[in-house]
Amino acid sequence: MMIKLNLNGKSVSADVAEDSLLIDFLREHGCYSVKRGCETSNCGLCTVFLDGKPVLSCSLLTVRADGKTVHTLEGLQKEAEEFGAFIARQGAEQCGFCNPGMIMNAIAMFRENPDPTDEEILEYLAGNLCRCSGYEGQLRGIRAFLDYKKSKGETAICNM
Amino acid sequence: MLTIKKYVKAASLDEAYELNQKRTNRVIGGMLWLKMSSGTVQTAIDLSGLGLDTIEETDEEFSIGAMVPLRDLELHAGLNAYTHGAMRESLRHIVGVQFRNLATVGGSLYGRFGFSDVLTCFLGLDAVVELHHGGMVPIKEFAAQKPDRDILVRIHVKKTPLRCAYLSQRNTKTDFPVLACMVSEWDGTLRVSIGARPQKASLIELPKDLMPENASLEEIASYVQEHTVTGSNMRASAAYRSRLAYVLTKRACQQIGGMDK
Ligand SMILES: Cc1cc2nc3c(=O)[nH]c(=O)nc-3n(C[C@H](O)[C@H](O)[C@H](O)COP(=O)(O)OP(=O)(O)OC[C@H]3O[C@@H](n4cnc5c(N)ncnc54)[C@H](O)[C@@H]3O)c2cc1C
Ligand code: FES
Ligand code: FES
Repeated sequence: MMIKLNLNGKSVSADVAEDSLLIDFLREHGCYSVKRGCETSNCGLCTVFLDGKPVLSCSLLTVRADGKTVHTLEGLQKEAEEFGAFIARQGAEQCGFCNPGMIMNAIAMFRENPDPTDEEILEYLAGNLCRCSGYEGQLRGIRAFLDYKKSKGETAICNM
Repeated sequence: MLTIKKYVKAASLDEAYELNQKRTNRVIGGMLWLKMSSGTVQTAIDLSGLGLDTIEETDEEFSIGAMVPLRDLELHAGLNAYTHGAMRESLRHIVGVQFRNLATVGGSLYGRFGFSDVLTCFLGLDAVVELHHGGMVPIKEFAAQKPDRDILVRIHVKKTPLRCAYLSQRNTKTDFPVLACMVSEWDGTLRVSIGARPQKASLIELPKDLMPENASLEEIASYVQEHTVTGSNMRASAAYRSRLAYVLTKRACQQIGGMDK
């Protein structure tokens, strides 16, 4: 089936199988940040933005992205790098496998709620599982990033 | 793995209904539950082109399209004001934001899942399910029916003045509930919907003399516990669930009118 979508700012047309999942389509198009963790819709590792909203690409048919805009971490490099440095500085990751999904969903949260409380952060990121850390490092990293942005008089909203 | 042979974005409800009469065809909502199954779907029937992804609010009711994602329900100011936050409370523990941006209310209710927070919540509201062929069916009746090959079009929630509160218990965050409980009161009757028993949610209408105003919370909670059939599975025993039915009913009655926040 022919589809056309906007992927990280570029128009892409492709002939895809009816049951192709978006995660596979994205990896075939060079977006290797998008990974499979659980494939049972539980871990959040495969998070991408569909028309600006975070969704699980492991659970979405590619045909459903027809006519839509998709962003992966590859398309959000600038914001991701700045924010990712705060996560790294807190030693939040061990293996780092959960990181792309966690960063994508954190960016989604900053856009929806630029000034979240700790409780709101934990609730928003509850669908991103990390099997190494106890989430404390990630929480500290997000807090530090938000505090830094505030001290510079900037908001954490990332433009797309 | 789920294999899909053909994909059709239905142009009308009639077309979707026609296609759905064939046993090997399937309607796809958010596809999160369907994806967990293996087998072959001959034609996947996508309802996403039919304008069923909106929540419309009038003075009398909310009309919720079957394709509305759970996240939109969770964030809807009008629904949350009407349900005193119970709508959000019933949804916010389901997996994660990314999941709830995909899972639909239609797929959630049509499946009549035993663990469903969504069914538990809607059972506690004055809700009617609109089926393309079957017409308007009260949610209690709909919940009792076996899934057939109709299309769930919209859910209507009448704005009957009510007090309500929703609570659930989970072994760990984002897991299925071990028990879910919605307490609501309208037209002078207290109703308690208990889900994840682990069988699908059932609604208990309490006798008129059992109201928070004229009975103790313990009396109400004991009545609900006695009238709730629970079972055991890998998450919890029947006895634990029965105890939870008592505790959650009591706490929800304490909160009635809203979440305690
Ligand atoms: C890992 C996981 C964890 C979950 N945890 C919870 C939880 O804690 N609490 C909870 O309440 N729920 C939970 N759920 C269920 C979830 O919230 C949804 O209810 C479920 O995924 C179905 O919604 P869907 O939109 O994905 O439907 P689909 O998977 O697309 O469809 C489900 C069924 O409904 C049919 N269908 C869909 N839409 C219609 C329609 N409009 N008319 C007729 N038939 C239709 C489909 O053919 C299919 O048979 C969980 C699901 C998963 C996969
Ligand atoms: S791989 Fe998609 S949620 Fe885990
Ligand atoms: S750091 Fe290993 S899964 Fe999160």
